Amino acid sequence: MDFTDILISLIKIVVMFGVVLLTVAELVYTERRISAFIQNRLGPNRVGWKGLLQPYADVLKLLLKEDIVPTAANRFIHTLAPVISIAVAFSTLAVVPIAGETIRLFGREVQMVIADVNIGVLYILALTSMGVYGLTLSGWSSNNKYSLLGGLRSSAQMISYELAMGLSVIGVIMVTGSLRLTDVVAHQSGWMWNMILQPVGFVTFVVAAFAETNRAPFDLPEAEPELVGGYHTEYSSFKFALFFLAEYANMITASAVIVTLYLGGWQVPYLELLNLPVGVTIALQILAFMLKVAFMLFVFQWVRWSVPRFRYDQLMNLGWKVMLPIALANVIVTGIVMLLL
Amino acid sequence: MSSELIVFLILAAVGVLSGILMITRPNPVNSALFLILNFMALAGLYITLHAQFVAIIQILVYAGAIMVLVLFVIMLLNLEDEEPLREQMSKRHYGSLLVALLALVLIVQVIGWNSGGTLETMREQSPHALRIGTVEHIGSVLFTEHVYPFELTSILLLAAIVGAIVMAKKRFP
Amino acid sequence: MMEQLLTDSLNTAPITGMVILSLIVVMINALKKEPLATEYWVSLVGIVINIGLAVWVFPERGTAFSGSVMTGGYASVTAIIFLTAAALTIMLARVYIDKIGANFGEFFHLILFVTTGMMSFAAGLDLLVTFVGLELMSIPLYVLAGITRRNLKATEAALKYFLLGAFSTGFFVYGIGLIYGMTGTTKILDIAQNINAYSSEPLFMVGAGLMLVGFAFKVGAVPFHMWVPDVYEGSPTMVSAFMSTGVKAAAFSALLLVFTATFDFMHSSINTVVAVLSVASMVIGNIVALSQKNFKRMLAYSSIAHAGYMLIGITAGGGVSIAGVLFYLVAYMLTNLGAFGIASFIENSDQTGTDIDDFRGLYQRHPALAVILGVFMFSLIGLPPFAGFFGKYYIFVAAIENGYTWLTIVGVITSMISVYYYLRVVVVMFFQPEGEQVQTARFGREGAFALAVAAAGVLLIGVFPSVVLDWVSALF
Repeated sequence: MDFTDILISLIKIVVMFGVVLLTVAELVYTERRISAFIQNRLGPNRVGWKGLLQPYADVLKLLLKEDIVPTAANRFIHTLAPVISIAVAFSTLAVVPIAGETIRLFGREVQMVIADVNIGVLYILALTSMGVYGLTLSGWSSNNKYSLLGGLRSSAQMISYELAMGLSVIGVIMVTGSLRLTDVVAHQSGWMWNMILQPVGFVTFVVAAFAETNRAPFDLPEAEPELVGGYHTEYSSFKFALFFLAEYANMITASAVIVTLYLGGWQVPYLELLNLPVGVTIALQILAFMLKVAFMLFVFQWVRWSVPRFRYDQLMNLGWKVMLPIALANVIVTGIVMLLL
Repeated sequence: MSSELIVFLILAAVGVLSGILMITRPNPVNSALFLILNFMALAGLYITLHAQFVAIIQILVYAGAIMVLVLFVIMLLNLEDEEPLREQMSKRHYGSLLVALLALVLIVQVIGWNSGGTLETMREQSPHALRIGTVEHIGSVLFTEHVYPFELTSILLLAAIVGAIVMAKKRFP
Repeated sequence: MMEQLLTDSLNTAPITGMVILSLIVVMINALKKEPLATEYWVSLVGIVINIGLAVWVFPERGTAFSGSVMTGGYASVTAIIFLTAAALTIMLARVYIDKIGANFGEFFHLILFVTTGMMSFAAGLDLLVTFVGLELMSIPLYVLAGITRRNLKATEAALKYFLLGAFSTGFFVYGIGLIYGMTGTTKILDIAQNINAYSSEPLFMVGAGLMLVGFAFKVGAVPFHMWVPDVYEGSPTMVSAFMSTGVKAAAFSALLLVFTATFDFMHSSINTVVAVLSVASMVIGNIVALSQKNFKRMLAYSSIAHAGYMLIGITAGGGVSIAGVLFYLVAYMLTNLGAFGIASFIENSDQTGTDIDDFRGLYQRHPALAVILGVFMFSLIGLPPFAGFFGKYYIFVAAIENGYTWLTIVGVITSMISVYYYLRVVVVMFFQPEGEQVQTARFGREGAFALAVAAAGVLLIGVFPSVVLDWVSALF
């Protein structure tokens, strides 16, 4: 580990950060346009061409607002909570590979992933489990009953669905035989995507991912009709913007993880048969990865505007009595099939 | 000073400091947060020992699940700051102090006895110490050499679940 | 690989069988609504089958699962002791749990889990198995102690038992950690091969000492006995009975296996510590028992004292002592289960009415119960021809053979002291008139049968001690 390595890592991190930030901005725009389309409205179309600059106007508006901290709030934790949320959302992406080939930079072969750790899958699960702190702490530190309820709901919900999520991933690990995400993707060459090998696990994982990102139909922690705004009721200005950012960054992370684990990551089927130059291959792989992520993001938004919110007890029943047994059965069936084959 | 040592010193300092802060904070939520920080520092120490699996499990299970529940309970109970207790030193306290000092002397003695290189010989004796914390090694050992305690643990968990339900469920008088 | 696993599972048949049985009973309870009868019969028949399995694998002496657990011989004998205790407990408790309002299937699940844990604890040749077995034995017991949640005393007992038990388990694990750190293995037999080298290592000895603290807590030896009276008094009587017989037997079996049979601490400082624990338990247990007014509390102090007697055997070491302690465990198990059982019969539904005064005039109301309780009391004193006599006799003989005559003298003197409080129960039962509040004993056919088995066992073992002695001798 010398200076060049650190520099390369820094470049990777900055690029990743910038891309995600830009994507978040446009994601807000697409979210509003898609919801408008589904509800037969127009949506934002004034700022910039077709309204593309709308998110930037929104951010500017948010930042210019007054930052209010309630008098009875715990000031330190109140500030810490959004930071935890955003940090967790971004750092998960560190282990996701976006292309298979390596490029030469400063005389080194550089992999297209920030950190290729050999326990990548567990790293993702661990960070997901840390994400709950941002919500819980924000709910508690605001000293507001709606916020507290939102925070408690989020922690209960995330713990319940983490189990189903972890058990779904075990199927993928069994098929791949490695916890390294580059191996997981490399294993899915051609059309042998894990979505096809692990259809049940795919469904449970996607549902659990929806719950983990607190997106509709699992957005109980911020259910507006019941809890005003849930955990972020008492947040304004920049801190609110951070939560907002974290929610969308979480969506991107979840999509990227789903794509990596189940949809073949950067794999383009039979691309290696064409014998293209390395540069073009990498470009195509990154493009494929981004398209797949974009598709998953669209699914996230599509579901949000089509499916109504669960009731709290329904949420818990689904998590413990349906998802968990299905995910467990998936592990057992996978094991039996692998033993017989 | 190697980079490994620097990392160790930083993590150890964070671990000890957060531990001290955890037991001295009057507010239970702050205590819990410092405990989480302590777990993180421990996980970092495990990574410097090449025990990635243990490190990740430390975060996943302790920091990610158990501490969330602890926070959950603290928040639901809405605990106030602790009342500071003031006590006079009595004869009994001097007695406990004496016993604690004796225990300290004992610990120092025991550790001092072993400074003659027991750890070194241990490291020589176990050349596989480096891969002992990897997922592959833990997995293969759990399902071959230690399969019996491993399976027994699952029964233990089932028993604990049954017990928890008996303690908590309304159906029981 | 698969065949090896299968053979190993068969060789550890009693434990494997208990695991399967517990799962079956849990599933039965999950699938049906109305309580009790099915669980009771399935548990009972299952336990009896497992006793058969334990007898069947008796000749298969050796280890299974790459040296993690012991098979046949010693493991079989201890398994039979625990299984018998569990079967008698279930039978004696059949009516009792209905009386105190704890008649749900979970009572049986927890008893079965505890028994599984005891068997693993006593047969574990891997410190990990010993530890997991200890936990599997303790955690359901914490719940059982407080299974009547509305009862304040039971809740207090459960909490006390849980907090102190968790604390003592901490010592135990810390000891295991130090021993592992010193030796690099958790397999007891591997450690035993180099035991002489390790015995001079302070870290190893500290580890062994910490493990001893854990054991001493579970057997209820002074000075780790503070929980015993409150827990035995507060817990539902049959749970106390199971605790005082099964748990004590399991802890002593594990202690025998680890400290006496394999590590063999005959001439080390550990032995001195055990001797001190033994003397303190005998003296304090017996003297404090003198002033007890509650029958269960008195039995609790008596059980501390009996732990002291059995620790004499641990101190003495050697094959004769192992046989002696096992014999003592069998005798004590039958006697104490019976005594607690009778207390549970006359107890009120709110778990009161176990003061010694409540036994007044028991002879007039239930002559048979009074006579049988008298037999148990004489056996606890250690009078011939009852089982308790030969238990003490064999242990004292082993101690004298190994040069611990002074321990024997302490044991005999404290036994003399114990005569007073055991005989007081007999006097109260036979010669004092009934009080104003007369409690009729409630026990079903199962209870009567189990009590008869226990009493017959105490008498038969007392008259023909060689039957049991042959069976527990020469196990290693």
